[in-house]
Amino acid sequence: MRTVVRHRLFWPAAVLVVLLLSNLISSPGFFSVTLQDGHLYGSVVDILRRAAPLILVAVGMTLVIATGGIDLSVGSVMAISGALACVRIADGAGWAVAVLAALALSLILGLWNGVLVSVIGIQPIIATLILMVAGRGIAQLITGGQIINVTDDAYRVIGAGYALAIPVSVLIAAAMVAVAVVLTRRTALGLLLQAVGGNPVASRLAGVHARRLTLLVYVFAGLCAGIAGLIYSSNVSSADSNAAGNLIELDAILAVVIGGTALTGGHFSLAGTTLGAVLIEALNVTTVTLGIPVETTLLFKAVVVVVLCLVQSATFRTLVLRRRKNAIGAPA
Amino acid sequence: MGKRSLAALAATLITAASLAGCAGDDAGGGSGGGDGKLVLGFSQVGAESGWRTANTKSIQDSAAASGVDLKFVDAQGKQENQIKAIRSFITQRVDVIAFSPVVESGWDTVLKEAKDADIPVILTDRAIDSPDTSLYKTFIGSDFVLEGKKAGEWLVKEYEGRNDPVNIVELQGTPGAAPANDRKAGFADVIKADPKFKVVASQTGQFTRTDGKQVMETFLKSQPKIDVLYAHNDDMGLGAIEAIEAAGKKPGTDIKIITVDAVKDGMTALSQGKINYIVECSPLLGPQLMDLAKKVNDGEQVEQRVLTEETTFTPEQAKQVLPERKY
Repeated sequence: MRTVVRHRLFWPAAVLVVLLLSNLISSPGFFSVTLQDGHLYGSVVDILRRAAPLILVAVGMTLVIATGGIDLSVGSVMAISGALACVRIADGAGWAVAVLAALALSLILGLWNGVLVSVIGIQPIIATLILMVAGRGIAQLITGGQIINVTDDAYRVIGAGYALAIPVSVLIAAAMVAVAVVLTRRTALGLLLQAVGGNPVASRLAGVHARRLTLLVYVFAGLCAGIAGLIYSSNVSSADSNAAGNLIELDAILAVVIGGTALTGGHFSLAGTTLGAVLIEALNVTTVTLGIPVETTLLFKAVVVVVLCLVQSATFRTLVLRRRKNAIGAPA
Repeated sequence: MGKRSLAALAATLITAASLAGCAGDDAGGGSGGGDGKLVLGFSQVGAESGWRTANTKSIQDSAAASGVDLKFVDAQGKQENQIKAIRSFITQRVDVIAFSPVVESGWDTVLKEAKDADIPVILTDRAIDSPDTSLYKTFIGSDFVLEGKKAGEWLVKEYEGRNDPVNIVELQGTPGAAPANDRKAGFADVIKADPKFKVVASQTGQFTRTDGKQVMETFLKSQPKIDVLYAHNDDMGLGAIEAIEAAGKKPGTDIKIITVDAVKDGMTALSQGKINYIVECSPLLGPQLMDLAKKVNDGEQVEQRVLTEETTFTPEQAKQVLPERKY
């Protein structure tokens, strides 16, 4: 029991469980999952399906943060990827061509970030800020500032379709998490990333190709954001270059931090990030299910996040525990 | 001495110029040789949405059609650009200034300059927050409260003579935005007369399709019975339609849908019967604006508040107007 409580993901998991259970107050059938038209249907499925883009973005972000960097441009890359795919389809290209073009462009955008950070040596927060701001403009340029609608059933499957009764977007996110886990935990790559994040100079002196690794994680983050953008736009069969991925970089950073990855680089946890992303989407669903009024939604979310951060903090827990011990000890 | 003669010369020139202006006006575009054309300086917010693009096009087209010399400046969403544009309109001595304010406050100084220069100002589409209403001649735009009321009135009529409770879910716009607040208030005002109407859930969909879909998905699972969806714009309604279809229900039949805006995508869904009723919020205020500009230039009295000519659409009406819908 003690080892379970001591596990670093115990507290986020506990908050997630409490959040999910609180839905039962206003919606007794919250956990029911049924088959609807041959696919799984229920609130829990919704949470996972909605978390898919955030999981993807956050996994890319985790590796970037592990090297001591940060990527603020993920939301804009999402918007560009969705915009390009939809515009290509609207122009009559096949869905596969459109998807490949969008992914290729996402890789290039990731490479751009990587070059700025690792080759030119600009601070990551500034280097990616460039694409964060300019990227929205690029996306609007691609769509001409309009919302682009597409009617392509194959493209729709990516974000809104099902395979073996499971949402395709969830399968894609799971696959990408698996790839990231295998690459970082089954090879030396993870160790090298931690080395770069922990101490770039020492790792370089020890013979780690710090520059190449840094470049690589930004390219990976770009790819993840690109896939997330496809899921986002495919979900509603349209590309909205203003709304797509708006402020998702902050949610992704939050998911990474909830998952126990330090913003200073070094140690990272992909499982923690995934849990964090699911937690954020569960929070979004809970606010609607509980009927939290619009004016207080943001406050409600903030309170939950603050509580989560406090219980996660070892310093805070010992402070509270010590006080309680003192209180018990005093009368004796 | 030299100074005084210079001043006299300037005075003569100004008098001559204003006389020439009068002559041009009197001629009414006949013998004036082009000088009689009304010059309208217009500062647009930007090009942030399809609605705004249609708004710009309407103003440009109707200026060309009604022989108005339009000086069009895009503010790219920044107030300082707009103030700069208004100042340059004053220096150019345009006949009328019109603009769509980016934000509500901070206009008093520059509008006083326009007033001192005797150039009438018309506000379009958005209001300003100033106690001094003499700073502008008129404000032309939609009445968002009225749009909410129209939506409510259709609902009351649709369920006339029935006593079963009607469960309504509402998708609100961006929290704090005037269209969201007013469309909510107008709708609530009309349906409160009859206790059978009950808004069982109301949450923001941020005016976007994705949020509309996601919030509707959760509504469908947390609410045991939904009869009506009221969305503050077409996009959220279109997202909600996808959620309703994924839940195995028929939008427009199992759940009646009312939206506001009447953009092309919304009208298409309306003509397919997936939306039951759309209240128009029209960006096409160009012809009305040109008309007002001519009137204030001629010194005619105009209303302080002019409403955009707007209508409502049923599926049958949507089918008729859809082919020529521009935006």
